[in-house]
Amino acid sequence: MHSLSVAEMAEALAQGQCTSEELTEAFLERIAQFDGALNSLVTVEPERALAQAREADARRRRSAAGPLTGVPMIHKDIFLTAGQRTTCGSRMLGDFVPPFDATIVARCAAAGLVTLGKANMDEFAMGSSNETSHFGPVRNPWDPARVPGGSSGGSAAAVAARLAPLATGSDTGGSIRQPAALCGITGLKPTYGRVSRYGMIAFASSLDQAGVFGRDAQDCALLLEAMAGFDPRDSTSVDRPVPHYAGSLNHPLSGLRIGIPAEFFGAGLDPAVGEAVEAALEVFETLGATLHPVHLPNLGLSVPTYYTLAPAEASSNLSRFDGVRYGHRCEHPANLEDLYKRSRGEGFGAEVKRRIMIGTYVLSAGYYDAYYLKAQRCRRLITEDFRRVFETVDVLAGPTAPEVAFRLGEKTDDPVKMYLSDINTIAVNLAGLPGLSLPAGFVENLPVGLQLIGPHFEEGRLLNMAHQYQRETDWHRRHPTAFA
Amino acid sequence: MEWEVVIGLEIHAQLATRSKIFSGAATRYGAAPNTQASVIDLGYPGTLPVLNEAAVRMAVKFGLAVQAHIAPRSVFARKNYFYPDLPKGYQISQFELPVVGRGHLDIDLENGERKRIGITRAHLEEDAGKSLHEDFHGLSGIDLNRAGTPLLEIVSEPDLRSAKEAVAYMKKLHALVRYLEICDGNMQEGSFRCDANVSVRRHGAERLGTRCEIKNLNSFRFVERAINHEVERQIELIESGGAVVQETRLYDSVKDQTRSMRSKEEANDYRYFPDPDLLPLVIEPAFVDAVRATLPELPDARRARFVADYGLPDYDAGVLTSTRELADYTEAVVALAPADAKLAANWVMGELAARLNEGNLDITQSRVSAAQLAGLLVRISDETISGKIAKQVFDVLWSEGGDTDAIIDRLGLRQITDTGALEAIIDQIIADNPAQRDQYRAGKDKLFGFFVGQAMKATGGKANPAQLNDLLRRKLDG
Amino acid sequence: MSLNIDTVRGIAHLARLAVDEAELETHALTLSRCLNLLAEINAVDTTDVTEMAHPLDLAQRLRPDEVTETDVSAACLAQAPAAENGLFLVPKVIE
Repeated sequence: MHSLSVAEMAEALAQGQCTSEELTEAFLERIAQFDGALNSLVTVEPERALAQAREADARRRRSAAGPLTGVPMIHKDIFLTAGQRTTCGSRMLGDFVPPFDATIVARCAAAGLVTLGKANMDEFAMGSSNETSHFGPVRNPWDPARVPGGSSGGSAAAVAARLAPLATGSDTGGSIRQPAALCGITGLKPTYGRVSRYGMIAFASSLDQAGVFGRDAQDCALLLEAMAGFDPRDSTSVDRPVPHYAGSLNHPLSGLRIGIPAEFFGAGLDPAVGEAVEAALEVFETLGATLHPVHLPNLGLSVPTYYTLAPAEASSNLSRFDGVRYGHRCEHPANLEDLYKRSRGEGFGAEVKRRIMIGTYVLSAGYYDAYYLKAQRCRRLITEDFRRVFETVDVLAGPTAPEVAFRLGEKTDDPVKMYLSDINTIAVNLAGLPGLSLPAGFVENLPVGLQLIGPHFEEGRLLNMAHQYQRETDWHRRHPTAFA
Repeated sequence: MEWEVVIGLEIHAQLATRSKIFSGAATRYGAAPNTQASVIDLGYPGTLPVLNEAAVRMAVKFGLAVQAHIAPRSVFARKNYFYPDLPKGYQISQFELPVVGRGHLDIDLENGERKRIGITRAHLEEDAGKSLHEDFHGLSGIDLNRAGTPLLEIVSEPDLRSAKEAVAYMKKLHALVRYLEICDGNMQEGSFRCDANVSVRRHGAERLGTRCEIKNLNSFRFVERAINHEVERQIELIESGGAVVQETRLYDSVKDQTRSMRSKEEANDYRYFPDPDLLPLVIEPAFVDAVRATLPELPDARRARFVADYGLPDYDAGVLTSTRELADYTEAVVALAPADAKLAANWVMGELAARLNEGNLDITQSRVSAAQLAGLLVRISDETISGKIAKQVFDVLWSEGGDTDAIIDRLGLRQITDTGALEAIIDQIIADNPAQRDQYRAGKDKLFGFFVGQAMKATGGKANPAQLNDLLRRKLDG
Repeated sequence: MSLNIDTVRGIAHLARLAVDEAELETHALTLSRCLNLLAEINAVDTTDVTEMAHPLDLAQRLRPDEVTETDVSAACLAQAPAAENGLFLVPKVIE
């Protein structure tokens, strides 16, 4: 059952070939069997999941089921789940049980989706390898010695290992697309404002966007449709109708203009990854699309720009974790200052503290203009580059990550090296664009991701392209043999 | 005086919205601790702010009332600092681009002159919670009900030159926000609070002296006392060879002194930056026009109208329009007793004000309604009772309530206007006091008053004074 | 760009993070390396470029002034490390 696509699962449920309870049990068994090796989930409550499944089955018997009712999924542990521990991968929230659901969690529940558990992640979504989690690193199902990418590493690894057909993720600088690429699945970061941020623990508010993981574009389209849409609780959520994504997957690609930014194929790119990507682009040509070399001249600014703005916002967003109202509090605080400093010092891991300090520094008196304001201006330059190229092409394509999954520990000693690995994904967040990564080949049995980038609110186009590509290729059907 | 005092005030007015500025939690005062703190106000992870339309409307209303520039685009910023009553570790405020720009307010000085005080800006922000220091085993308790209550921070230019001017400005502003119905003005509940920036410099000096900010001024009296103390402290300090250090000082109303707030002394670096959870606040001209249409008559205009329409002296008009409620009361009285507006003004500012003062009541708590007072004034004007008797009736109205005519009838206070009856009484008095009559007729005019007194005594004060005078004079002189 | 340990101590204090004195030197080195990466944008000419705070050029939406939240104090106080009589408890606040 675990090898069915979501559309097939939905069909099986609708036809009464299986119940949600059976499906949920099957995935819970897989989790019990395999997740010890992966560490992709931090919280699994089988009874809770089964209760939801039984409710979904009851709903179906009442003929009140929607297209996804009864399909199991996983939520990244950055999304608040009422009555279920939500840790954000941090000791700070090790025992935190929120009293309410994130908007997208509530929407998934309303659609009848069953939550199997909460996915491991880089602490507060700060990381590109899932090695900063308080709950230990997640391992890549294709090679347990390698990282799954981050920060949504648990979500990606779980879907790749088929511990769940679907998962949510969040993407601030590539945290959906890069792990999707490294784990060989499909991941979509929608346009900023397309999906509600309410109840998603904030990392960098002007960059964060919730999105989806699935094994293929169709699965992603189904989940996105259930999640997306205006939320009056989020001032940055956009009041705009949600298209029927799954219904537009079969548009032909003839005449589609794909821009190929030269900057994505620069010095840092592993040549083998480059070759796989170019082969994938040729498939699009056979589908009738045309390829056009383009330039994003300011793309090189995106790493320093992002690593100024994201920590600045994070340093402020994470001030609420002070040991007063919830979360970790140190033992026997001597006074208020001691309470703050030790609670935060103990509750946060090294990378989170590093980014808080960077952010504090770039916002502090005397440095604000040179760092923060300057970065906001560079953000404009980078965004303008995209606006300009979208005057001549419909979408952009290139490698999601410059290399395949790297080894655990390979970059942990050098944050700058880790930051530079985000080069292909973070500009998309700075500009608020939708971006999708899809499996596009292998290098030494490790997946390669192809990134598609569209203009604002063109996620339907990206899903359409990915689906058409996936009709021609079978990369997305391959799965790691250890997780058969 | 050798020293010039320079004061600027920052006034925090809690806006009278039903819900908080960024959440749908209630703003009601006095609820059980933390029962009005939603997950948004508590700074829960994942929660987000959405701006309250009414708070924006009220800010614009204030801006229009002080002839200020309304920013077509303003920005919310985060002011970052750690404090237990600040749940998110930052306060959402406005920094570089406030919603209300430069405006002004005219105040009346004691010498009768009018002075224009510049308003630098007014911006929207959220209030913090409260730390309670009753003993919880040496700990403090945090109540976040107030967290997220909308505030309008109104910043004045350093145009004020004495504690008295500062109080006059603050009172004027207090009346204005109540006129506008954007703030209940309740200072005891903290709805209208003041921080004062105070410095001194030698007369003629161009540069401003180093200022201190005094916090926690929650009454007009405290503002005056705290500023005067601070001015004295600064002058003494400088005259004894010291220098004022820029710092935040807290006014202790019990000890009647200011003291340094050491906790706020460490170099504060608030790291303001635009709040990424909120988008720029764009105010369209149509929105401003709609708010303008809701503006009530403002205090200065109303005062001018009291002078023009009611023929009141400017001073009276100023007093009577000093609060919206008092002006409303006065207008209600005049509407029902239109014959003599000055009489109404005298009664409101005299007898009524005295009673209110005694009971420490405000006009809305008056035990004599505008209709009751008007009923009384009508009977003075139509000479049913004299002013003196009217005070007696007012006493009854105040203590027992009721209606003027009924009280007059019940107590038999109607003026004696029957000339024959009055003449008989006067004749009797003159007959009973032949010695005084002869002395008066011999030129001792002062004795006229004696006869008036006797007549009033005999009539129980009910004689019409003018009529009595007239008759007496005729009888005595005749 | 190279931070000294006093600066690191100052930043850690502003951010209310306990930092081991023995690790200040390491932090200074790592942070300096990161800040050097960020400083790459210093050379960019951004004359006449306006700051961009949000990816979408939209205006703030306004919420009607209605009470929509209910009392959640019981659940929230239960999450608190220390609470009593409906209040969150902290070491004595000194003003």
